[in-house]
Formats: sequence, structure tokens, C-alpha cells
Amino acid sequence: MGSIGIVLFDGFAFGMLLFVLSVGLSVTMGLMNFINLAHGAFGMLGGYLAVVAMRQLGLPFLAALPFAFVGSALVAVAFERTLFRRLYRAGELNQVLFTIGLVFVASAVATYVFGTVQQVIIMPSWLRGSVEIFGMRLGAYRIFLVVMALAITALLVFGLERTRFGAQIRAAVDNQQVAQGLGLNVDRIFAVTFAVGSGLAGLGGALAIEVVGLDPSFGFHYLVYVLIVVSVGGLGSITGSFVGAALLGIFDVAGKYFVPEIGSFLIYLILVGVLLVRPMGLFGKR
Amino acid sequence: MSDTTPTAAETPQRWLRRQGRWSPVEIVFWLATLLPFFFFPTYLPLASQVAIAALFAISVDLVLGYAGIVTLGHAMFFGLGAYAAGLLSVYGWGEPITGLLFAGVFAGLVGFVASFLIVRVQHLALLMVTLGLGLLTYELANALTWLTGGTDGLRGIRMWQVFNYFRFDLWGYTAYGYSLAVLFLGFLISRTIVNSSFGLALRGIRENVKRMPAIGSDYKWHLQKIYAISAALAGVAGGLLVQTTSTATMEVLSFQRSADVVVMLILGGTGRLYGAIVGAIIFLLVRDQLAGVNPQYWYFGIGLLLMVVVLFMPKGILGALVRLTSKRG
Repeated sequence: MGSIGIVLFDGFAFGMLLFVLSVGLSVTMGLMNFINLAHGAFGMLGGYLAVVAMRQLGLPFLAALPFAFVGSALVAVAFERTLFRRLYRAGELNQVLFTIGLVFVASAVATYVFGTVQQVIIMPSWLRGSVEIFGMRLGAYRIFLVVMALAITALLVFGLERTRFGAQIRAAVDNQQVAQGLGLNVDRIFAVTFAVGSGLAGLGGALAIEVVGLDPSFGFHYLVYVLIVVSVGGLGSITGSFVGAALLGIFDVAGKYFVPEIGSFLIYLILVGVLLVRPMGLFGKR
Repeated sequence: MSDTTPTAAETPQRWLRRQGRWSPVEIVFWLATLLPFFFFPTYLPLASQVAIAALFAISVDLVLGYAGIVTLGHAMFFGLGAYAAGLLSVYGWGEPITGLLFAGVFAGLVGFVASFLIVRVQHLALLMVTLGLGLLTYELANALTWLTGGTDGLRGIRMWQVFNYFRFDLWGYTAYGYSLAVLFLGFLISRTIVNSSFGLALRGIRENVKRMPAIGSDYKWHLQKIYAISAALAGVAGGLLVQTTSTATMEVLSFQRSADVVVMLILGGTGRLYGAIVGAIIFLLVRDQLAGVNPQYWYFGIGLLLMVVVLFMPKGILGALVRLTSKRG
């Protein structure tokens, strides 16, 4: 009984990591219909920024996280303003290929700068080891992940539901043209949302180092997970991303643990099944 | 596309027939594919890789370039064909041509079944379903180790002689000749499809899905047909790879292969069959040169090239060349 609980919790914690990595993409894709496959590359950027912050600048882990967030957000918004915006009307194939090209380049640059080795960072002592809760020994870092993700979810939901800017984002997601017609600066809304979303990806990348490691293939490998979360959850929905990520994490970890023979293709089976029944995802509106 | 609108004075049939006529450039191009036999015999193995990749790219062009189905999982059919041909040989039937037919029919049948799923979804969901099916097949093959050999690859593939005469030699003369012949045949079939009324209907679907049912076209059935045909062609390409190299590894099913083929197509230009061939040539030749120096240069180069092509050459390199020459002329 205890092992089931631990596996489920590990799966949930992994899901929460995926949530932080992918929620930004869900919102920006819902906003502009821009298929940004480079989202995982911004996650990788955040991871490497955290590594640099801790090794070169000597920052503690908790200070490296905001550094990764801000750094990825700034780089992402620079890309958005100069390159991505040219592709909003270019058709999905062009968007897919352009951003995949960017992932290739990012991976090559990461290899050039950091080499192909797995990056390791030293965790503070209070995040190492495990804690006993309800008779189950849970990893301290995984608990930290869950708490972080829940805090981020609360912040995002509050920001989106209760603030003026959040209302503007929701209006733009629902109907971009009408929002623009009512005098909202959709262009600016998108730039800010893109920065925050990519910053969250960067934060996710930094958080992921301890769980899944970090190497130049990160942008590619986690792209698939991120896309599954976004498409299963539904575009532009924080609830959808949360549920999608939690399900994916639990099915992935529990599937590989309990039914290793079919565990690795269980998630793809669920992906295809969900999309056939609900092509817009579980919580998608359009 | 201005060249697809027939003028009032002619019938669609006549227009189609004119589109189907062979131009001198095409004939010169196909004669040029024989050059490696005489001038670059050391590059024959690479040349047969190019021919196989070109056939695969043509199969993707049929669905992506003509019918507008963006797919990120076509390696699924390539790999199914590859394993079908490989397993047939392992279990004692090494005759190449029937092996290829078997690979094509098998992949085509799976493609037909998959097409029922494909036509139900669009946009992001379509992208994810093709990607998901591709990854699913990969993991399935990985799990069925007793059948596929898993990560070790398939062992014991022995091919018989082509037409009982041409042995697969070490230098690749037979491999390239055989691949080239199959590529040409696949090209002829695709060319006939593209220049038929069915091909026109596909372009109509690509340009505007909603109008096709309005003019009485059963667009879903059209899409299913072309998807199955494309899957069969991809399967033949996969079978070719296994037969000419006598190896089948998990790589034939990988996402990397699905992505590479779309990249080739974009480099060459979608919606034109020669774009697929030119893209395959450029992709593999550049990779051969750069990857020898450092694989990371290759990734950097191909990524940059992709971004430049998307931003500045929406119709691919071949499309840009055509526009350049027609401006001058």
C-alpha cells in the first residue's frame, strides 16, 4: 500500500514539474495560435542559467530560480519581438519548422558552451533526503516541487481571474479581433504573456535539473511531454494544463513502475485516445 | 497558386494533360541521376541513401504538400515497411521485389486504418495525433523485442539477387540501381496522382477544406486514400533501406526520422515532387560533409538553414530558384 502511495506521489511531483514547464505554452498558444516548439528550449536555457548562477556567480539554489525565470523571460521576449511575430500569420507548418530550427540551434550552442555532459547542481541540505508523512517516505525535493507548482498555480489563477491584466488576456484568448477592436493592445499583452510563459519554462528547466538532469537534448526530449500536456489539457486553460500535467506525470511514472512492458507507450495511447474523443483537449474551448 | 487556375478557353482535362507533359529539364534531371555510376562510384552508398530518402520525402509530400496534412510521425510507415521487409527475409523469403511489395502493402494497410483517425482531427490535435502514433509505434517495436530485436536491431537479413541476377555488392552498384529504379517508379506513380483530377481535389482540400464539401467533393475519403497511398510509398522506402543495407534498427521508426523528412521537404519546397528530391539531395549531402567534421555543426547549420528558409523562402529552395529564373526569363 505504501509503495503505491509513493509512486503516485512521485508521479504527481513529476507532473507538477511538467506543469511549470508547459503552462506558459498553453496560454501563449491559446492567445496567438502560434505553435512554439522552442518552448522546451527556453526551459533548457533556464536550466543552464541556473547552473551558471550557482557555479559562476555562487548564488544559492533559491536565488538561482528567479535568475533563471528572468533570464529566460528576457531572451524569449527578445525573440518574440524580433522573429516570432513575423510568423503569426505564416501557417502552422512554417511555425513548427522555424521553432524546430531554433531548437536545433539552441542544442548546438548548448553543446558548444557546456559540452554534452549531464549538468549537476548541489542542492541545499534541506532539499536532500526524505521526509516521513502518513507513514510514507517522500523525497524532500519532490515535496518542494509540489509546493512550488501549487503556489505558481495559485498566482496564475489569481492573476488571470482577479487582475485587470488577466481580464485582458482572457478577452484576447476568447476573441482577439474584438479585444483589439475594444482598444486593447493585444500586441503588448502577448509580449508580456510570452515573457512570463517562457520565464516559467525557464524556471521549470531549473527545477528539472535535480529530477531529470540537464543536457543539450533537453529542449527536444521535453518538447514531447510539453506538447502532450498542452494538447491534452486544452489550449489557453490553466486548469487544463494542471490536470493534463498531473495525469501525464502519474501515468508515466506509475505506468513505468507497475507495468514496465507497456508503460512507455501507455502515455501515447492515452494521448491519441483523448485527442480523438476531444480534439480540443480536455478543457479546451475552441 | 496562379498556375492551377485553368483559363476559360480550355477544359480541365486538357489542362491536366498539359501539366502532365514531360519537360526537357525533367528528362535531363533523371539522366543526371545516372552520373554517380560513372563519376562518383565511391559515393554510391550515399547516393542510394539519397534515393531512399527522396522516395520517403515524396510520400510525405503527397500528404503534406498536396493534401495539407501536417505530419510529424511518418517514420511510423517507413519503419513498418522496413521491419516488414526485414522480417520477411529473416523468416526465409529474401526475394527483394516481392519483399518491397509486401512492405508497401503492409504499411499501406496500417496507413489506411490510421487514416480513419487522421481525418477526424485538425491543427494542433492533428500534429499531436501523428506524433503520438509515431511514438507509439516506436515504443511498441521497442517492447516487442522477440520480434524486432529491440535496440539491438534485426539479425539475419539475407537478400537474394534482384531478378535472380544482380547481387547486392559491397560497392553499392546494385543498391543504387535498385533504389533509383524504385524511386523512379514511385515518382511516376506520384506524378500521375498529382496530375490527375484526384490530385486537383487534394489541392482543393489543402487550399480550403470547407469549400470542398460545398462543391460535392467527398474530402474525407480523398484524404484517406492519399494517406494510405503515402503510407504505402513510405513503407516501400523503408523496405528499400533494409534490403540495400541488410540492417533494420529502431532508428527507422524514430521521431528524428519523421522530423528529418519534413525538414528535407521544406528545404526543397512542398507541393512539388522535385522539391522532395532536391531537398533529400541537399539534406544528405550537407549532412555527409558537416557531420564528418562535427555533428554539432550539422545541427547548428540545419537549424539556421530552416529558420532562413521559413523566413525568406516560403516555397523552399527549389521554389526560390524557380521564382528567380522566371523573373529573369
